Amino acid sequence: MNALTAVGEILVLLGTFFYILSSLGLIRMPDVYNRMQTATKSATLGSLGVIIGVGIWALGTDFGSAAWLTKTIVIAVFLLLTNPISAHALIRAAYKSGIPLWEGSVVDRYREHLEAKEKEAGSPKNPDETPIKEGGVE
Amino acid sequence: MIGINVYLALIAIATLLSMYRVFRGPTTVDRLVAVDIMTTITTGLMVLFALYYGRMIFLDVALVYAILAFGGVIAFARYMEGGL
Repeated sequence: MNALTAVGEILVLLGTFFYILSSLGLIRMPDVYNRMQTATKSATLGSLGVIIGVGIWALGTDFGSAAWLTKTIVIAVFLLLTNPISAHALIRAAYKSGIPLWEGSVVDRYREHLEAKEKEAGSPKNPDETPIKEGGVE
Repeated sequence: MIGINVYLALIAIATLLSMYRVFRGPTTVDRLVAVDIMTTITTGLMVLFALYYGRMIFLDVALVYAILAFGGVIAFARYMEGGL
C-alpha cells in the first residue's frame, strides 16, 4: 500500500459517511424544503469525496493511470455544477404547486420577495399616472 | 486499509435509507427529492464499481447517467410547476 491508496481510501470513507448523513437528513427532517436543503448539500459533498477519492485511489493501483483522475474530476465538476440547479428547480416546483411550509418555520423570504415585486409592479403606475393627469388637467 | 466491499455496503445502506422516503413521502415532490438524492448516490456507486472491476469504461457510464438524471429531474420539475 502506498500513500495514494491511503489518501483515496480516506476520501472514499468520508464520502460514504456523508452519503449516510444525507439519507438520514432525508428521513429526519420535517418538511420538503428542509429535506432538500440537508440532503442535497451533504450528498453533493459526499459524491465529491467518493469520486475524487476513487480517482486518487486508482493512481496507486497497478491498472491505474492519469486518465482515471482526469475523468473523475470531470464527473465531479459536472455534479457540482448541476446538483444545485436541479435542487433549485425542484424546490421552486414545490413552492409553486402549493406545498405548505412546516408550522415551525418563522421566515419566508420568497413570499416576501414575490409580494414586494408585485407591489412594486402595481404601485409605480399609479403615482406616475396621477401627476401626468393632474398636469394635463391644470 | 478497510476494503472496497465495506464502502459498497455503506452506499447500499444509504440507498435503502433514502428509499424509505420514496415509499413513505406524503407529496410527489418528496418522492422526487428522494429520487434525486438516489441518482447522486448511484453516480458515486458506478464510479466505485469502475474501481472494483478495474475498468475505466464504467466512468463514461457514470457520466452519461449523471447527465440523463439531471435532464430527467429538470423535466419533472417543469412538469410539476405547470410548464411543459
